[in-house]
Amino acid sequence: MKRVLVFLLPLVGFALLIGFLAVGLKRDPREIPSPFIGKPAPAFTLTQLQDQNKTFSPKDMLGKVWLLNVWASWCVSCREEHPVLLDFAKQNVVPIMGLNYKDGRKEGVDTLSQMGDPYQLSAFDADGRVGIDYGVYGVPETFVIDKQGVIRDKIIGVITPEIVTQKLLPLIKELNRA
Amino acid sequence: MRKFAVILIASLATYCAFPAFADEATPVATDPVLEEHVKAITEELRCLVCQNQTIADAHADLAIDLRNQVREKVKQGMSDQAIKDYMVQRYGDFVLYRPPVKSTTWLLWFGPFLLLLGGLVILMLRLRSRTTPDEMISESDLQRAAALLRASPESTKE
Amino acid sequence: MIPELGNFSVMLALCMALAQSILPITGSFTRNSRWMALARPAAAGQFVFVSFAFGCLIYAFVVNDFSVASVASNSNSTLPLYYRVAATWGGHEGSLLLWILMLAVWTFAVSLFSRQLPDETIARVLGVMGLISIGFLCFLLFTSNPFDRLLPAAADGQDLNPLLQDFGMIVHPPMLYMGYVGFSVAFSFAIAALLGGQLDSAWARWSRPWTLVAWMFLTLGIFMGSFWAYYELGWGGWWFWDAVENASFMPWLVGTALIHSLAVTEKRGSFKNWTVLLAIIAFSLSLLGTFLVRSGVLTSVHAFATDPRRGLYILIFLAIVIGGSLSLYAWRAPKVGLGGKFSLFSRESTLLVNNVLLLTAAATVFLGTLYPLFLDALNLGKISVGPPYFETVFVPLMLPVLLLIAVGPFVRWKSAPFADVAKRLRWIALATLIFAVIAWMSFAPSAMVVMGVAFCAWILLATASHVLERLRHAPAGTSLWRRIRSQPRSYWGMIVAHAGVGIFVLGVTMVKGTETSNDVNMRVGDTTSVGEYVFRFNDLQQVSGPNYTAMRGTFEVTHNGSKVATMTPEKRVFTVQRMPMTDAAIDRGFARDLYISLGEPAENGSWVVRVQHKPFVSWIWGGCIIIAFGGFLAASDRRYRLKARKRAQDVASAVAINAPA
Repeated sequence: MKRVLVFLLPLVGFALLIGFLAVGLKRDPREIPSPFIGKPAPAFTLTQLQDQNKTFSPKDMLGKVWLLNVWASWCVSCREEHPVLLDFAKQNVVPIMGLNYKDGRKEGVDTLSQMGDPYQLSAFDADGRVGIDYGVYGVPETFVIDKQGVIRDKIIGVITPEIVTQKLLPLIKELNRA
Repeated sequence: MRKFAVILIASLATYCAFPAFADEATPVATDPVLEEHVKAITEELRCLVCQNQTIADAHADLAIDLRNQVREKVKQGMSDQAIKDYMVQRYGDFVLYRPPVKSTTWLLWFGPFLLLLGGLVILMLRLRSRTTPDEMISESDLQRAAALLRASPESTKE
Repeated sequence: MIPELGNFSVMLALCMALAQSILPITGSFTRNSRWMALARPAAAGQFVFVSFAFGCLIYAFVVNDFSVASVASNSNSTLPLYYRVAATWGGHEGSLLLWILMLAVWTFAVSLFSRQLPDETIARVLGVMGLISIGFLCFLLFTSNPFDRLLPAAADGQDLNPLLQDFGMIVHPPMLYMGYVGFSVAFSFAIAALLGGQLDSAWARWSRPWTLVAWMFLTLGIFMGSFWAYYELGWGGWWFWDAVENASFMPWLVGTALIHSLAVTEKRGSFKNWTVLLAIIAFSLSLLGTFLVRSGVLTSVHAFATDPRRGLYILIFLAIVIGGSLSLYAWRAPKVGLGGKFSLFSRESTLLVNNVLLLTAAATVFLGTLYPLFLDALNLGKISVGPPYFETVFVPLMLPVLLLIAVGPFVRWKSAPFADVAKRLRWIALATLIFAVIAWMSFAPSAMVVMGVAFCAWILLATASHVLERLRHAPAGTSLWRRIRSQPRSYWGMIVAHAGVGIFVLGVTMVKGTETSNDVNMRVGDTTSVGEYVFRFNDLQQVSGPNYTAMRGTFEVTHNGSKVATMTPEKRVFTVQRMPMTDAAIDRGFARDLYISLGEPAENGSWVVRVQHKPFVSWIWGGCIIIAFGGFLAASDRRYRLKARKRAQDVASAVAINAPA
């Protein structure tokens, strides 16, 4: 009897493997979750894109739930999500702050005046240091930050209307209640 | 004499044909030792944009930025481990090509050696149990075998 | 018209495959000799139709028929002819048809070269291969048809990826697939044996040459991939532990274990269960590799464009084929006997240790490749497993294998006291130590090089010693050639392959331990040096190729003042995909390669140039080719060809004896 069980081992091992592979099919191996979820948003002080005499820092937003959207004038996908952000900003659910990543000041300002400005303001991250501090690896990315300044979620890639209704709105509602 | 003159003039002409400032090429890196150190670190880090290259090799903007950051930190005297921790803090374990040894990766790091040990042990045990000496064949069995062989028809030889 | 004919031909091939499998396998159980006899002609039919279909696809590529979707995605009108042919297997659909073609070729070959097999066996073997064909043909027809039309037709194609526009593309995939698919023969023999409940050494004797040939092709295929990456990718690397590379390496490791295990089963009738399992595992890994490359579960530079639906199909196919064969194994294998006995120290046990080591190595590669997926599936985070892991874990595991390679041939079958073997090898061990000391004095800080020299010496010296001893055992006066011929080819196969491993090891360790490189900014006229070689940047010109423009640098290389080579690296920009590509210049030599690649140009007119000196890198390629040649020698051993003739003679004489007077 024991002998027969030994011969079943390869089959059992294989069944396990198939299970893992089946689950793996639904995952995206390229997507990297953020290690910051549940951790405080890294501190920084940057000049504002449209007014270099003013600065912006996450601690300015303590007590509020807010979004930090990383964008750039050279980013093609950002243009795709821009109208969605404009719509969302009009709903006045949550302040949206931009992080203008590795861009030229003039190009950034021009893009906003051409395409509309959903942001209350944009911080100007010319050399991308703040982006690296936030673990940005592709543009666009959006962080949801709560009243205590803790990052609660990171959306990688273009924000679609579905993401707004299914992910952002419920989360923001929940965080606002806290 | 004439031959010598020809050679002399020819070599002078060749020499003059090259730009006056031709000389030993300058290394890309200003400090080769530092660069070796940076390379050793960045070769173990994964580029998150072109995910199949190291940060040492990749051409993506982010990779260049991170290489520069590593270079700065090495100059500042940060330890290799601290630099790697810096990267992991921002990008997670995914950025390390050498997976960290933690409870979720014990199987990965120690599994192969355990498997080898286990395999060899099982092998030894099974071999031991099989090497029983050939049983002594009884005399009556031998005679039975001989009789059977005599009785059967000639079989074709192998 | 032609693509539609090709499509129809694939459907006919599917019908052939159905006839080749369902009827013969059923017939083998119901003893219906008419159904069993269908196997061979059906295999021939499948081969004809698949070949015709493949021909139609090649035709579509050659005539630039951009109304065919795969031609439009992978080819272009400016692509040279030979690359248009190679572009046939540049995409997922075409390469799948190539896979199927290889399977049809192997099936046809088995149907031709198996006259001595009993009818039930050949019916089952061809039947199982037919079942595999059915799976792949259906996959092609229903999800990945290379003959799909693109309407309206594209004006021109998107071009073959410039990295693939190379001789390597013509050779590497076909060779690799011959290897992968070739393991299906051993697999089919194993399944046929399990189905019949008969696992005797005859089965091993039939399987072995097929397995050796498949293994040889896989060796060459992997070698070709490495060799190609070395000159194509521009920075001199040749192995990256990439998921797809690993996917080809795993079946190779198990295949190596299999050919050793088959040797034992053939000679001594032992290990039958184990060998059958290995045959199943080797082909399963081939199929798993197919899944990994085409499903998108892992990131890789080699992965085809992915579609989860295709991934699901292959997964289900995998589950049926491998799950089915392992179930059959669990059911039938326990009933099979144990085979010849042997003592704790014997060639049998040494080969079993070889198997444990190689399987552990394969399991390590498997673990490292799939671990990120395992953790992600369990929601335990995302990690990366790269070269640092494999070099730390895999390499130490292979060291005992290298040690045993030299020892194995000296260990006799059935029983070989350890003391005898040790005595035989003691002088070689001493010589190895001396080599190691010399290496230490020359290459001191690099432990890797010292180990490489030591293991190479160990393997080559022991192998040479074994050869000398064997050749000595002949009557005095026998010529050398006769002595060589008196040893069977399988012996020479073993010797040559083992020697090849030693050479390979030396190449790898020397390159990794002693290569040097220099990254410099150079303008025309500048010089730089690496090792004892001086490189002068003589000239820079713009040149054009059939579908690209390039900046070509001309470098003159001197060694101690005397000219060694002129090298012309290029930076190419392809007209269609506009992708810059580095075409490195390599001066190959027996003892070293010189490697120049152009980086980016700077504003002041200088270029970033990387110059490398790579000692003994050719020994890596040479070692691989020698290993493959060893496999060929072993496969062409006379007994595989003689037996058929001999059996025919025996039958003839038996008939003559029993004929009525």
